[in-house]
Amino acid sequence: MSATMSAPSSTSSAAPALLDLAWRRIGKWGGLCALAIVLVSLIGMPVGLDRRMIIEGRLSLGYLALVWIPLLFGYLVSKRVVLEGVETPDPGARDVFAGLCTGVLSGLGPVLLILGIDNFNLRKPLVNWGPQLLEQLTFGRGIGFGVAAWFGICAVLGLLGSLMHVLSKDVRRVVSFVAYGLLFISVLEAVISDLSEGFGLESLTDAMYAKRGGLTVKSSVILVVVIGVLSILTKGRVKVVTSRYKELQGEERKRASMLLFSGVAGLCIVLPLFLGKIMNELLANVGLFLLLALGLNIVVGLAGILDLGYVAFFAVGGYTTAVLTSAESPFFAPELHFGFALIIVILMAGLTGLVIGAPVIRMRGDYLAIVTLGFGEIIRLLFMSDWLKPYFGGAQGITNVPPVDLGFAVVTGINPRSVFYMVLVFCTLAIYVSWRLQGSRLGRAWMAIREDEQVAEAMGINTVNAKLMAFVVGAMMAALSGAVLAAKVGSVFPNSFMILVSIIILVVVIVGGMGNIVGVLVGSFVLIGVLGGPRQPGLLQEFQSYKLLIYGALLVFMMLQRPEGLVPSARRSQELHQEEFLQDAWLKGEDHDLEEAEAAEQATAGSGAEGADGEGDPT
Amino acid sequence: MSHLLEIRDLKVTFGGLDALSGLNFHIDEGEIVSVIGPNGAGKTTFFNAISGLVEAAEGDILFEGESVLGLEPHQVTGLGIARTFQNVRLFPNMTILENVMVSQHCRTRQLVFGALMQTKAFKQEEREIRERAEAALGFFGSRLVGYRLEQAAFMLSYANRRRLEIARAMATQPQLVLLDEPVAGMNPMETAELTGLIGRLRSEWGFTIVMVEHDMRVVRDVSDRVVVLDHGVPIAQGSYDEVSTNPEVIEAYLGRPVESRA
Repeated sequence: MSATMSAPSSTSSAAPALLDLAWRRIGKWGGLCALAIVLVSLIGMPVGLDRRMIIEGRLSLGYLALVWIPLLFGYLVSKRVVLEGVETPDPGARDVFAGLCTGVLSGLGPVLLILGIDNFNLRKPLVNWGPQLLEQLTFGRGIGFGVAAWFGICAVLGLLGSLMHVLSKDVRRVVSFVAYGLLFISVLEAVISDLSEGFGLESLTDAMYAKRGGLTVKSSVILVVVIGVLSILTKGRVKVVTSRYKELQGEERKRASMLLFSGVAGLCIVLPLFLGKIMNELLANVGLFLLLALGLNIVVGLAGILDLGYVAFFAVGGYTTAVLTSAESPFFAPELHFGFALIIVILMAGLTGLVIGAPVIRMRGDYLAIVTLGFGEIIRLLFMSDWLKPYFGGAQGITNVPPVDLGFAVVTGINPRSVFYMVLVFCTLAIYVSWRLQGSRLGRAWMAIREDEQVAEAMGINTVNAKLMAFVVGAMMAALSGAVLAAKVGSVFPNSFMILVSIIILVVVIVGGMGNIVGVLVGSFVLIGVLGGPRQPGLLQEFQSYKLLIYGALLVFMMLQRPEGLVPSARRSQELHQEEFLQDAWLKGEDHDLEEAEAAEQATAGSGAEGADGEGDPT
Repeated sequence: MSHLLEIRDLKVTFGGLDALSGLNFHIDEGEIVSVIGPNGAGKTTFFNAISGLVEAAEGDILFEGESVLGLEPHQVTGLGIARTFQNVRLFPNMTILENVMVSQHCRTRQLVFGALMQTKAFKQEEREIRERAEAALGFFGSRLVGYRLEQAAFMLSYANRRRLEIARAMATQPQLVLLDEPVAGMNPMETAELTGLIGRLRSEWGFTIVMVEHDMRVVRDVSDRVVVLDHGVPIAQGSYDEVSTNPEVIEAYLGRPVESRA
């Protein structure tokens, strides 16, 4: 924290230049920050999340929901756009001062809120406008203390946020490692306790976490030190390892990939044995949604068909399984074994894909999205309707779907571990199919259609067939997921197949990284695992009521800041490292001797790649 | 003997406007024919009509004696007519190699099963696709091969994009290639080079070429015949020298009060 102490003294010496700030920018960001704090307070996050501790007695999730805001805005206000070839001044005291000003300005948000709650009663329209929020905002110590504290806290946080630009890269790395590490460990308390219980290490977690949740102060200090040391030790290592892996050729590469794959596979098989019921349930849910997301990834990510009614196929899978296996199926109950039913389910899904796809596929862009949205709802409403009640049970659905008897094991919802293993098999299958198709003739055709449908057609691709194929493959994956869901829950209801499912899966695919299998994997773990699905709880059960808000905010944020997703496909990241700029320079070059220009271009391309990759040590 | 491509009384209308009318001409195998004309003369519409992107109102287009009217664009490509676009239209987020591989779609057969099982036939076909793609890219020297193969197409310079588009058309294994302003936007040196390459497309790859072009030097240097369109109507046909001295053509390009020009 010595950096914070020295910063004010250096600012005072450079006072005249300090005032030469982009005040409008500070005003804008500070104002936004204040608004954000007020909004988060009024939707009830601080009060609702107060019981969940991050660090025992010091910091609750409720306060954390507020304090990250000025920190982020302080960081944003002094962030500069670095343009290639344009000199950017080094960040200095002025930027820190700007962060401080933003912080102070944003302190107005909670302060006005405190004064407002104290003096007016707006309980009617604003449910959370009340003494509880006031109590929390003033830290239970009176209005005066609260006002002063918030100005102080916001100022310090804004300052800290902007300080991140001034710190050297190494320090910044350590700081962010420690912050994220602590956050991670405390937020994932449930998983870590569950895991350590499985491995018989309860004593470790008992020492680490307080009884009522949250890290103890002592253990958080130890963790800070440990993570800090680790981050210094691992500096640059990860990059070296990954680059070494990338440099491997032919056989060696194959062997390394095999090793990596078997490692991941082994983990997937062994880990659930050590996990408790809740975690296994969670993993099974992640798997179900991963299966859906993989299918949608083919439709949206590869073929570029924005299908908003994807849930229809999920429903078809679920209902077909229920009808074929359940004894309670109202009109036709062959009570088939799950395995046989699965074959029919897949065929049904393919057929539905064709039937829905055929009329829809000739449309483009927005029209297609709207029409598929309609179809998705139609299917659900049909299952719910009184008209089809004698066949599908209406709103009551079909109950008593039997568990899957595999002979050596029974897959049932009561034992989430078994469900997880079954989902794992299907997911592996789906990943394999996606991976192989991506690199095949069909996959290339899909990508071409996504890029420019008319040209794809002119280049000899039968776009109607290729798109139908994408629809069918996607539908089959969704139906598999639906079948597992039916067996897991033991019943199907129309309301399990709301339009919200489609949207959440779409968000998973977009946030993870469209057209990228690893991205979809990461997306479903982060979103479904941490936040939870439409009805399934995630790790952060406290956020249950804010889940959709967070989904929306995340989607907006990703679209603005990182449209390529959390794990961009290799191609998208290439985009960031390439030097189109140099190519233009080459085009504008005075000498038109081609050979020379070509040579020069290659030379600059080489040096440009090194320059852009400033973080990595040259090997 | 029948012609490779025969256009009979072709008429294309957009609303009430005749974009093309009464177009009658033919292209024989191994020819390089240029279609020229002022802006809005219907040159690109002519290409679009051949490749099935717009519908013809009247007349017929025969390729190897069979009508291509009413076929889907991909079927036309399958018959052996490839094209490039005036405003370069690549698949920007696909790699250069993929851009050329994907255009062999209508020449290859493997579907889902082969890809999933990694059958011998699938691997063999993938290898052939790749080899043909590299051959087409190699036609442009070192520019589009090597480290470039795995680069996304949007990273290419403008001239290279044009080259890639031609490579993509070449990979569809056509008999007839329609080049829509192949040298537009290129500098004089690149233009000269591409002019040479267009000649080699015929001599080495055996393509018949129809080209829309504004650069008269290119038209003069490569074409066997020139067709001049104005307001959708053909106004002259013949060798470059015949056409370039035709008063009607000069009028179409320069307007009515014709000063005596060299």
